[in-house]
Amino acid sequence: MIINHPLLGPRDSAEFTYLGDARLIDRPDWQSDTATAEFHDYGYLRDNPAGNHRELWFHEGGDRSWLVVTRNTVTHEIKSVELARDVARAQGRSK
Amino acid sequence: MRYSGFQVIKQALTGHKGWAPAWRDLEPQPHYDIVIIGGGGHGLATAYYLAKEFGQKKIAVIEKGWIGGGNVGRNTTIIRSNYLLDGNEPFYEFSLKLWEGLEQDFNYNAMVSQRGILNLIHSDAQRDAFTRRGNAMILNGADAEMLTTAQIKERYPFLNTNDARFPIKGGLAQHRGGTVRHDAVAWGYARGGDSRGVDIIQNCEVTGFKIENGKCLGVETTKGFIGATKVGCAVAGSSSRLMSKAEMRLPMESHVLQAFVSEGLKPVLPGVITFGAGHFYCSQSDKGGLVFGGDIDGYNSYAQRGNLPVVEDVCEGGMAILPAIGRARLLRMWGGIMDMSMDGSPIIDRTHIEGLYFNGGWCYGGFKATPASGFAFAHLLAKDAPHETATAYRFNRFETGHMIDEKGMGNQPNLH
Amino acid sequence: MTQKNRLKGGQIDTSQTLNFSFDGKQFTGHPGDTLASALVANGVRLMGRSFKYHRPRGLLTSGSEEPNALVELRAGNRQEPNTRATTIELFDGLLAKSQNRLGSLKFDLLSINDRFSNFLAAGFYYKTFMWPAAFWEKIYEPIIRNAAGLGSLSLEDDPDVYDKGFLHCDLLIIGAGPSGVAAALTAGRAGARVILADEDFRMGGRLNSETIAVGDAHGSDWAAQTVAELATLPNVRMMARTTVIGAFDHGTYGAVERVSDHLHTPDAGKPRQILWRLYTKRTLLCAGAIERPIAFENNDRPGIMMAGAVRSFANRWAATPHERVAIFTNNDDGHRTAADLHAKGVKIAAVVDTREGAPRSNSYEVLAGAQVTDTKGRLGLTFAEVKLADGSTRRLDCGALAMSGGWNPNVHMTCHQRGRPTWNDDIAAFVPSAELPAGMSVAGAATGVFSTHAALTTGAKEAAAILRDLGIKSRAPKMPQAEDAPTNITPFWYVEGASRAWLDQQNDVTVKDVKLSHQEGFRSVEHLKRYTTLGMATDQGKTSNMGGLAVMAEIAGKTIPEVGTTIFRPPYTPVPIGTFAGRARGMDFHPTRKTPSHTFAEERGAVFVEVGNWLRAQWFPIEGETTWRESVDREVLATRNSVGVCDVTTLGKVDVQGADAADFLNKIYCNGFAKLAVGKVRYGLMLREDGIAMDDGTAARLAEDHFVVTTTTANAVGVYRHMEFVRQCLFPDMDVQLISTTEGWAQYAVAGPNSRKVLEKIVDQDISNEAFPFMACANITVCGGLRARLFRISFSGELAYEIAVPTRYGDALIREIMTAGADFDIVPYGTEALGVMRIEKGHAAGNELNGTTSALNLGMGRMVSKKKDSIGSTLSERPGMNEADALAQVGIKPTNPNDPVPAGAHLMAADGPIDAAHDQGYATSACYSPILGHSIAIGFLKDGANRKGEVMRLVSPLTGIETQVEIVSAHFIDPDGERLRA
Repeated sequence: MIINHPLLGPRDSAEFTYLGDARLIDRPDWQSDTATAEFHDYGYLRDNPAGNHRELWFHEGGDRSWLVVTRNTVTHEIKSVELARDVARAQGRSK
Repeated sequence: MRYSGFQVIKQALTGHKGWAPAWRDLEPQPHYDIVIIGGGGHGLATAYYLAKEFGQKKIAVIEKGWIGGGNVGRNTTIIRSNYLLDGNEPFYEFSLKLWEGLEQDFNYNAMVSQRGILNLIHSDAQRDAFTRRGNAMILNGADAEMLTTAQIKERYPFLNTNDARFPIKGGLAQHRGGTVRHDAVAWGYARGGDSRGVDIIQNCEVTGFKIENGKCLGVETTKGFIGATKVGCAVAGSSSRLMSKAEMRLPMESHVLQAFVSEGLKPVLPGVITFGAGHFYCSQSDKGGLVFGGDIDGYNSYAQRGNLPVVEDVCEGGMAILPAIGRARLLRMWGGIMDMSMDGSPIIDRTHIEGLYFNGGWCYGGFKATPASGFAFAHLLAKDAPHETATAYRFNRFETGHMIDEKGMGNQPNLH
Repeated sequence: MTQKNRLKGGQIDTSQTLNFSFDGKQFTGHPGDTLASALVANGVRLMGRSFKYHRPRGLLTSGSEEPNALVELRAGNRQEPNTRATTIELFDGLLAKSQNRLGSLKFDLLSINDRFSNFLAAGFYYKTFMWPAAFWEKIYEPIIRNAAGLGSLSLEDDPDVYDKGFLHCDLLIIGAGPSGVAAALTAGRAGARVILADEDFRMGGRLNSETIAVGDAHGSDWAAQTVAELATLPNVRMMARTTVIGAFDHGTYGAVERVSDHLHTPDAGKPRQILWRLYTKRTLLCAGAIERPIAFENNDRPGIMMAGAVRSFANRWAATPHERVAIFTNNDDGHRTAADLHAKGVKIAAVVDTREGAPRSNSYEVLAGAQVTDTKGRLGLTFAEVKLADGSTRRLDCGALAMSGGWNPNVHMTCHQRGRPTWNDDIAAFVPSAELPAGMSVAGAATGVFSTHAALTTGAKEAAAILRDLGIKSRAPKMPQAEDAPTNITPFWYVEGASRAWLDQQNDVTVKDVKLSHQEGFRSVEHLKRYTTLGMATDQGKTSNMGGLAVMAEIAGKTIPEVGTTIFRPPYTPVPIGTFAGRARGMDFHPTRKTPSHTFAEERGAVFVEVGNWLRAQWFPIEGETTWRESVDREVLATRNSVGVCDVTTLGKVDVQGADAADFLNKIYCNGFAKLAVGKVRYGLMLREDGIAMDDGTAARLAEDHFVVTTTTANAVGVYRHMEFVRQCLFPDMDVQLISTTEGWAQYAVAGPNSRKVLEKIVDQDISNEAFPFMACANITVCGGLRARLFRISFSGELAYEIAVPTRYGDALIREIMTAGADFDIVPYGTEALGVMRIEKGHAAGNELNGTTSALNLGMGRMVSKKKDSIGSTLSERPGMNEADALAQVGIKPTNPNDPVPAGAHLMAADGPIDAAHDQGYATSACYSPILGHSIAIGFLKDGANRKGEVMRLVSPLTGIETQVEIVSAHFIDPDGERLRA
């Protein structure tokens, strides 16, 4: 597969390491009353769709950016690639 | 009709006219006691044991394509029970014992061949871990033998002991491990189930569950509604897709695992070999092909095909340990969808919906589990209690913190 | 032997003669020949045996789809089983043997199977060999295994080298037949970056096999001229002998270039083959078509071949399979074979055409509306039995029978991404569907247009369309005139009543088997394949699948497209495993990472051990030591009694800088770091989000905004990745930067009561216990000004330091340390002594941090701060991870000091049964402690913290050990830590 890195252009997926669902960005609040349940869902449950999937790839053999890749799990077609950091900020994550 | 050597001769002499279909190809009845979704190895085995061992009647297996068309028809055929953890080892040993009597049990030669499996060891830490594992196996009633480098060299003279980057420092052998003719497992269970009254319905895809007041009443399918008192799901890589129709999110991801077969060769490998310093495992089929595989590709996929980097990685592992196979040709590569669970271990459990049961999360070890998975799932469906070897395979183990993590990789499915 | 079947002409160089041997018999051929064509020219028809019945087999085809003529090529460690005679270019000295026979090729003892074929029908083995159960492995299976398989491997290491390469292009053209060449010309002249790949050694495709004119030239001459022009274009890469094997994601294709297979041995420095990864913007598949056979009784005899192959042998290789040839066809193409052979002076026995309205000929007899019903000739065809249109029969004497059932577009590669072909009634064949791999187009015969004119024009047209898409201006070259004959075909798959009519010649699948498969309910195309093995041979059904589908369709009362096809999978043709592995084998399987002290250690005769990709010194034997234990015990004692030095560079090092660095460490470690003073080091335990220990190490605060984190060797990469995840994905606004400096710093542990005295000689500042106490750290200089880092941390439990310098000074530093330590008899110690000392001290390492142990298990439950948010803290509170009898780390010592306490052994109560139900825990790490004088182990025991002093049994039934042990503290040495604070 070819991942079109937002900073570096198209790169072979062999340069990257895969983590999984981009919802791993949405780490729950540890002080929530239902923190344990939320962390369970966060850590263990997945949509695992047959279709478009937002997922995290790490450019291990490159610039060490974490990327959010939107990829179709049936065709492997990649629709978009974003810097995970930008995505995280856009989703309200900060410090 | 009972299969036997006598029958083969009799039919040969009478123009093979008497062979009946191995199973009937049926249209669904309006209602069953138990409907199994998924005509793969596990689903067919479940139906077989429900009928044979648990006295259940009115059972249907519904399959969206043709039976045996999933991972049971597309794997590296290895059977073994060399597991470490208490939650797993008794179950896989139970499975191996079922394999050992399977052909006589279902009257079909699935070529269960216990030519042994050898896990090579390449470091002291690996030896410590394999020692613990071998002991766990023996303590659970399985067989295991620790082999020295010299013993391995004598038995497998063609393994790389000259210029190995990671020299062989021993190996953990399970002599009762081996291989099985994978397709025949599906067919044998189908035939055995069919002869006991199980309806096998092919080309019948489930499009939804009928759930009212927290109770599952049946399934909507491309062949219409099929009512059921109990519905058991055994669809491996399609688990998340199927269970989402019951609005469930599962602790698993679907990944592609590639596997490979070489052209037919005169016998080279007596048993199964796994390389411990790379990702490569290999056996030789009765037809002569080297059947081998390695890691999953590592990304979520339903595509049933993989990419070159893993092909190369697997062949590199092969050449590292078996430098004599360089001139053997890889004939075919294929990919299957693996239901990779969050701790690498399966789930055989009730769901929160009454009458709806689930079996999945087999990662890429589902084939060897087929008999026990079917037996344990049948037990659960028939008695509403887990089979004694499958008590740990619960949905809630992630909530309670009772993970069964053989590889110690945590909640990242592609590492299991 | 003379080449008795050699004709005139052809694209071979008869001025040179090449000698070769087949089954020990010497033959000659010419450059341009394949092994197959040379054997044909020499009148050899029998070349192999089939898989199951060991039927005599000859060539079926002239190309890579060949199912029958498989040989063991070359000898010794280059022996290469299952090589298609049709794809091997002849070279002088070529050695080939027939295979899969017991005895000689002519008298194969296993051909007895054919006599019993009725008992060996499809799937017979599923129904028998079950009694008694034990006989399968002992009797039945060995017989089956030895009889099965095809060729054999030498079992010697493959001596050849394989390479890998990467290429990029605008347009990959797969196949250099008329459509591919026309496309390459179009794109090449337009300046696009083009790769033209063809599996053949001569480009031109069918133009080389036909007598068709292109413009004013002979087709093969036109191809040669055009190929020559293409070769002059710098933007076009011509890759002959290169098979594109698969269409992978996003325009990536795999290709195998056979660099040296046409040579006796590869030239010096040259690989045998190269695996290319081709990155393409667009791809044009010009893979042509494959002719399909007709099933009739005994259609598998040597001499019965595809009509197009016979034409190839006659026209391209100037060889005829026999002086008298019959043709059996259902379409006009078969007549071409008759015409071409006739023109070359070969006697045509007759053309048997299934169609009533078959074209007539003045040159040879055409039997319209006739069918071949049987053949004779055990080792080579002698005659064919023909049923004429009027129902009468006739015997046609012939030594070869050329058959044509029509052509199948070569859709293989169009289906690699799970597309399925669609049916075209006009040509009675599957053609590519619209669902192609992204970026792929198809032209020529692969789309189902079979005339030369259509090939040329569709090739040029598709190339022009692709260029438009890519924004490259082009002027489509005017294609020369060529024949544009329509495809006249009446589908005809098998002769009615035929039973032992072969569909899959290699795997011995007949019409009868397909019928049986249907009768037994194996009706889906995948069941058919798996039950009968149809299409599972080395040719993957290229010539056999369609026939099987057609027979199944007819029996099932369905159309062929309703029956469908099996899945086309890469590789297009089989690829040596060595080619996929490339250079990554032997010592180059993985890269080797050497530590900064590697040369130093080598000089001292160190024994090295693989630690991941690192090589580390395991121990340093000195003269007189005969066992590793002697060396290790000496190293431990010398260190504990005086001082030792060990290279710990392999530990992961991560520089963490920024205003939020301390907050960041608070997130990744379960214990607190915010209050760590500058100049201090703290042990840190890192959890995964699931609450299980991920790694441990130290974090040293060199400045308010600067930490150095160390990880274990094994987890260096994973921990760094995790830290970046936390930084970029979870806390993107933290002011913190990370960089891995594992390779940047050489680091040594200097341990032992005299370690300070040694380092004082090197370090430029005061490192007295007061100035530099336990857990201190600092940026320092050594040897009069070289910048360095010093950490007072101890893995051994002794007074100890870790000292780091830029890697390039690593070799010098260890030599300095050794010199400085000479007065104290300093020893270098390896990973074994390191391991012994850490077990003596009860420190967890890889065996304990095994991915299933929590902080609680490791005895560090209280370290998990509840006052802050850190990765893993929430989920570590789950009940299953906090049970009263949870495993806890303990020390294990034998009650009899002479007994072993092996790692991997399990802990059982002092008496009672030994089984899984009574398992209490296990030993993780073990060693002989030279200080204590007996073996020790650490491990995990249920409720271990409260069981000190308990006597138990440590059992290892695997290795036959049962030892009485006492549970003790894991801190065997200096439990109060006095030594390390000294």
